[in-house]
Order: sequence, then C-alpha cells, then structure tokens
Amino acid sequence: MLSIDRSIVDAIVAHARRDHPDEACGVVAGPVGSDSPTRHIPMDNAARSMTFYEFDSMEQLRVWREMDDRDEEPVVIYHSHTATEAYPSRTDVSFAGEPGAHYLLVSTREPDTEEIRSFRIVDGVVTEEPVRILDAGVDPHAVQSYMFGQSPATVDYECSGR
Amino acid sequence: MAIEVRIPTILRSYTGGAKIVEGSGDTLDDLLTDLDSRHAGLRGRLVTEAGALHRFVNVYVNDEDVRFLGALDAKLSDGDSVTILPAVAGGAFGFAAAAAIAQHSAAAAAITQHTAAVPAGRRAPVTAG
Repeated sequence: MLSIDRSIVDAIVAHARRDHPDEACGVVAGPVGSDSPTRHIPMDNAARSMTFYEFDSMEQLRVWREMDDRDEEPVVIYHSHTATEAYPSRTDVSFAGEPGAHYLLVSTREPDTEEIRSFRIVDGVVTEEPVRILDAGVDPHAVQSYMFGQSPATVDYECSGR
Repeated sequence: MAIEVRIPTILRSYTGGAKIVEGSGDTLDDLLTDLDSRHAGLRGRLVTEAGALHRFVNVYVNDEDVRFLGALDAKLSDGDSVTILPAVAGGAFGFAAAAAIAQHSAAAAAITQHTAAVPAGRRAPVTAG
C-alpha cells in the first residue's frame, strides 16, 4: 500500500493538469527504508509528448545525487496519462527500473476528475496496490471551534455542547 | 588504475549488494568488460547484443552523460567516477503503438500530398451527413 499526504497528491495533480495534454512526470523522495514519500520533486518531461515521458538525464543525475546526499530514495515515481486510463503501459513496464518505488499514475483525460492509481513493477510484473491519502495537516482529535460574528453578543453557544 | 562505479539498486544483485564497486579500463567498454569479469552478467544489462548502450540505463562519467562522450567509446582516466542510473521513462503508448501511429501519420501525409496533386476541380466533393 502507498500512504501519501494529500498535499503531495494535490501538488502532483496540479503538475499533471499544468502540463496537460503533455505527460507530466516526477519523483517523491523519502528517507531510505521509510517507504514514506515526503519531498515532491516535479521533473521536466524531456520528451514533451502527449504519449511519452522521459526524465532529462542531467536533471535526473542532479536529483538522484541530491537524494543520495540526504539519505533519501525515490519512494514514488509518477507520471500522467492524458488520454487513457491510469494503468502502466508496456513501455512503462519495460522501463521500470526502481523495484522499490511506487509507480503512481494520474489520468487527466477527464477535465473535472482525476484517476490516481499506484503500482509496484518488479521484473516486468505489475501489481496494483491501494493508495491511502493522509490528511497530515488535520488532527482528528483536535478540538475544532469556530467563532462567528463580530461581537460576543452574537456568538451561538449552542454549538459548544455537540 | 581505479575507477569508482556507482551501481543502482536494480543491478546490485550482480555486485553482492554493493552500491559502489571499482574497476579499470581506458574506455567505458573496457571498464564494463573488466567489471563483468568479477560481476558476471552486469555488462549484459547495460550493453545490447548489437553492442550499443541499452536505452533503459543512463551512464555518466563524472558529471556528463556518456551519450555525449561517445557512449561505450567514452575515454576514462584514473580517478574518474562512473554513475549508472535506470533511465526513467514511459508513457501511454507502447513502442509498437507509437511506431504504428508514426506510420499512420506518414500515410496521412502521403494522402494529403496526393490530394494536393489532384486539381481541385477533379476532387470528389465532400459532403456532410
């Protein structure tokens, strides 16, 4: 299973929408062995194509070295499909060279909704996995209180008992 | 002479799990042959049967992509650092489909040219519905 922060998913979707109809691609790095994607790195699609993506080799070297220096690894490698479903193509499978990574696909073929799916691709075998989206910024146990109105006289205390 | 070679995760099964190995050679080709003598099978993952660098890997000498340095003929010197990374690429269509589309485009272009060559008055009228 892939567990990923909603803010990162939102950033990935925004990147995919921005580059549509070309495919967008990138990485989410995380501490080695943590399986936790924490640092979103949008990459250039050197192919600038609607049906193909490719990291620029020099940008990739820089980013991979940076991850190495920070004791990180590519936890998520993502790209978008802009006219088809979010499922790995044969090209995706033949290139998949990070056996430890979650391959996240975003389909932007529908203008209003995104399809987001995650896969492991090891030795040419594709296995879909669930995606759990974490709302890190919201503590479900926190007391949520809102004050409406401009003077204390108009505050509705009825809400406090619920 | 010693050249440091950084091995990506996917190829560490050939190096007993080692992330960095050492080798020697005057060119990348020589280095990969040298490495293969101790890490059998590694060269085959990087070089095609036709003797070219695989499309699925990126190889760098120091800070340069070897594709710009003569690929397998890239010259190496003592103290150089070679980095191997899996190329990250893919996309919605397979190579076969992409090739078919390219052919289709070529065919479409040929038809367009043919149509242009026929005098306008002799073209079949285009009707809707």
